[in-house]
Amino acid sequence: MNPLLSVRDLTLLYGPEKGCQGVSFDLYPGEVLGIVGESGSGKSTLLSVLSGRNMPDTGQVTYHCPQTGSIDLYRASEAQRRNLLRTQWGFVEQNPRDGLRMNVSAGANIGERLMAQGVRHYGQLRQAGLQWLKQVEIDPARIDDLPRTFSGGMQQRLQIARNLVSSPKLMFMDEPTGGLDVSVQAHLLDLLRGLVRELQLAVIIVTHDLAVARLLADRLMVMRRSRVVEAGLTDQILDDPQHAYSQLLVSSVLQP
Amino acid sequence: MSVQVEPSSIEAGYNFAYLDEQTKRSLRRGLLKAVAIPGYQVPFGGREMPLPYGWGTGGMQVTAAVLGRDDVLKVIDQGADDTTNAVSIRRFFTRTAGVETTERTDSATIIQTRHRIPETPLRSGQIMVYQVPIPEPLRFIEPSDSETRAMHALNDYGVMHVKLYEDIATYGHIATTYAYPVMVDQRYVMDPSPIPKFDNPKLHMSPALMLFGAGREKRLYALPPYTRVKSLDFEDHPFELPSWDQSCAFCGSTESYLDELIVDDEGTRQFVCSDTDYCSQRCNEQEARA
Repeated sequence: MNPLLSVRDLTLLYGPEKGCQGVSFDLYPGEVLGIVGESGSGKSTLLSVLSGRNMPDTGQVTYHCPQTGSIDLYRASEAQRRNLLRTQWGFVEQNPRDGLRMNVSAGANIGERLMAQGVRHYGQLRQAGLQWLKQVEIDPARIDDLPRTFSGGMQQRLQIARNLVSSPKLMFMDEPTGGLDVSVQAHLLDLLRGLVRELQLAVIIVTHDLAVARLLADRLMVMRRSRVVEAGLTDQILDDPQHAYSQLLVSSVLQP
Repeated sequence: MSVQVEPSSIEAGYNFAYLDEQTKRSLRRGLLKAVAIPGYQVPFGGREMPLPYGWGTGGMQVTAAVLGRDDVLKVIDQGADDTTNAVSIRRFFTRTAGVETTERTDSATIIQTRHRIPETPLRSGQIMVYQVPIPEPLRFIEPSDSETRAMHALNDYGVMHVKLYEDIATYGHIATTYAYPVMVDQRYVMDPSPIPKFDNPKLHMSPALMLFGAGREKRLYALPPYTRVKSLDFEDHPFELPSWDQSCAFCGSTESYLDELIVDDEGTRQFVCSDTDYCSQRCNEQEARA
């Protein structure tokens, strides 16, 4: 099987050991990669470079598109990158307010990607909106409500629906469960796990919560001071951490 | 109807049409670029005009830049030749440029307008100058200017339909009635200034040159003659012209755009043409026939 995303020696530094450096990995279709580490270790920087929002100092990211062939992310034109980000990729922000248009209805939020792709049929957009609200367990009757009237968990689910409507192959998630209370977190994680398996999504998920990582991720990368200190299968890293920092991270989790 | 200017009424001490020649040149350079790229917004160095922003400073600067000594100027405000904005701008150019003015659409060479296109069909050689408050059609959904410029450059116009979607979801039809966004020559989305959507079809393949000036935002854009202009819509909710049962109380027109007036304390309503020149021409014709 060919990898979906090949990352080679990716570096973006804001200062010594601030940012990320020397990151290389392959991501395969349908695989969930977790990036864990403490605050300031470079997780979010890595995610923003991987998704093409920021340009790296050095390094290469190649996306192997099943339909159109390979794209070198940083050599591609801005138009190609934008097109990629709103069709085959998705980005779920930590704060749904950053990922949603708060002043237009839930239905318009879900339909936006389709409209950007040239769908000009109101009935089809409406249908897609209703279907995806149901898929993420929001009452379809709320299709015309503004996202600001939704609870935090619902906003996050709406953001996921808005990204999934274009049937992406790859999703980036930046702490998708941050700021939600534990029961809502569990619900969201359950939903995500189902969607990932059902849609064969590849996901790169940044989190500082090892429980989230264990539940969702197939593989883990542990970051510290801008470097990946350990990478491997999730269970392997969480049950038998090799690097001193990974050991510290795993042992710091409160056992109920 | 047209008024020749007495030399004594021209104010001394002003350059022709108020602005200095270098400023008018820079404006013309901007306008040439705008005409070359229909619908594209060209920044320009806007000058202070002797009236506040929002009263037509953008349109006046464009008019000043294209005005020649032989031009005949008409100024309309919401279709009317006799409202404050129209009267004062017309007097401004009478006093600073000494050009001939008119109220008749067919004898004017330059028509500066606020929020209407005349009912009388425009002809080749005429120039329409629009006063524009917010030139950026994407502004309502994207506050960042660098982002909207990127969206124009990359033809990334999906969000324009978000607004129309919201209209249909809320009201059951596209409820935008003025400043209705258009696609120019299949490339740039443009705000046609706050003209009623009733006037949008008049933009399509018009024989006249259309120039747009936004004074506060300092942007110029243009439609050269015979440019394709399409109002945005959905396949299952196509662009529709508004229609109404009333006709003009003065000239009886059923085709023109009507203003609703309340004429007494009982709340009696009357509908009259918003285009005063069109209305009075029709009245004159009817009198002559009777």
